[in-house]
Amino acid sequence: MSSASKSPWLLHYNASSCNGCDIEILAALTPVYDVERFGIINTGNPAHADIFVVTGGVNEQNKVVLKNLYDQIPEPKVVVAVGICASSGGVFRDCYNISGGVDTIIPVDVYVPGCSVRPEALIEGIVKALGVLEEKRAALEAKK
Amino acid sequence: MDIMFIIGPVAFLILAPIFGGLLTGCDRVLTARFQSRVGPPFLQPFYDVAKLWHKEKTFSNPVEIIFTTAYLLLIVFTGMMYATGGSFLFVVFSLALAHTFLILAAYAANAPFSNIGAERELLGVMIAEPILILLAVGFYMVSGSFETFHMLILDVPGIVYLPGVFIALIAVLTLKLRKSPFDISTSHHAHQELVKGVTTSLSGRSLAKVEIAHWYEMMIFLSMILIFFANYPGLSAIAIILAFLLEIVIDNVFPRVTWKMTVKSLWIITLVFGVGNIVILGICGGMLL
Repeated sequence: MSSASKSPWLLHYNASSCNGCDIEILAALTPVYDVERFGIINTGNPAHADIFVVTGGVNEQNKVVLKNLYDQIPEPKVVVAVGICASSGGVFRDCYNISGGVDTIIPVDVYVPGCSVRPEALIEGIVKALGVLEEKRAALEAKK
Repeated sequence: MDIMFIIGPVAFLILAPIFGGLLTGCDRVLTARFQSRVGPPFLQPFYDVAKLWHKEKTFSNPVEIIFTTAYLLLIVFTGMMYATGGSFLFVVFSLALAHTFLILAAYAANAPFSNIGAERELLGVMIAEPILILLAVGFYMVSGSFETFHMLILDVPGIVYLPGVFIALIAVLTLKLRKSPFDISTSHHAHQELVKGVTTSLSGRSLAKVEIAHWYEMMIFLSMILIFFANYPGLSAIAIILAFLLEIVIDNVFPRVTWKMTVKSLWIITLVFGVGNIVILGICGGMLL
């Protein structure tokens, strides 16, 4: 386990989510779940982030924002789609203004389904993302 | 004196980031415990910097490499000069210059959060500098010299003559350890505004340099407490630890202090305690010293 997976900083973006999953993400920061145990910080800044946590099915208005934020995160980076809407579009999948999941706009590495997602599932998803982050870092080192 | 001239700066160069990083780790764990959380491992700050060092190099403006490197080098240089027991005035002005480079790095990004962060960092320098200058003036009145070395060999420790200046220094530590106010600070705690202030647009190695510079700077400021207890190493160690714990308590008890409140309160403290102390020392100096 290298420093990359010991210090994952998150960027959380709400791409037209109902706020259900967003509340659960914030719940993970509270004393009950305390994700800072794993060195996780909620940065709110793409330039500092390693893991991009996206909720919601992505509509026409915010897909540009989503792409923009993704491009601003320096490599190695991992995208986690949180909630069923972010994973596949959920019940909104066929709506005329919904793209139908985060992976229709940017590549997604980990899917965490649920409506809304439970903090335990979310933490497990982030821990899975750490494995992917580690692989990407190794691939990046090998390329150098 | 001659051997100390070499050992002091080298020891500072090597030990300051180690102690600085460990103290930052301690701070994060203690803060977490204050909030009934477990908190990150003690070595978390080192993991963070190691990770940042290996991130992809992206810049909003490549000139930030020069500015952040200059910031780090100047802070290290200041600390090393301080460790030789050299002029305290030099330390004060060199620190201000180092901060100018950090502010320039933030302005270079030309992004709104970064720019407001830079403006508020300027305010921070404006608040801290008078207190540092008062510290230099106070010790000049007591020891008759601006040399840190002469301040350290006083028979009666400086705290006896300069308790007001000491209180002002402790007050400004909150700002200098990047804890309060929340709308200037770039600390790791959740209570902050402006995304990350001056460091918003910095990423990867540039951010790692700022972080390492902060460890060095922390040690410079904490060691300023040392001068007040010259010749009493045990007492100064206790004072430094107590001051650090006090800062963590202040940080957790007052998480919503704004920059306006900081300017007002710190300038009042500087005027009442700092300037008041110097004036009293000036009037009754002959009797006291």
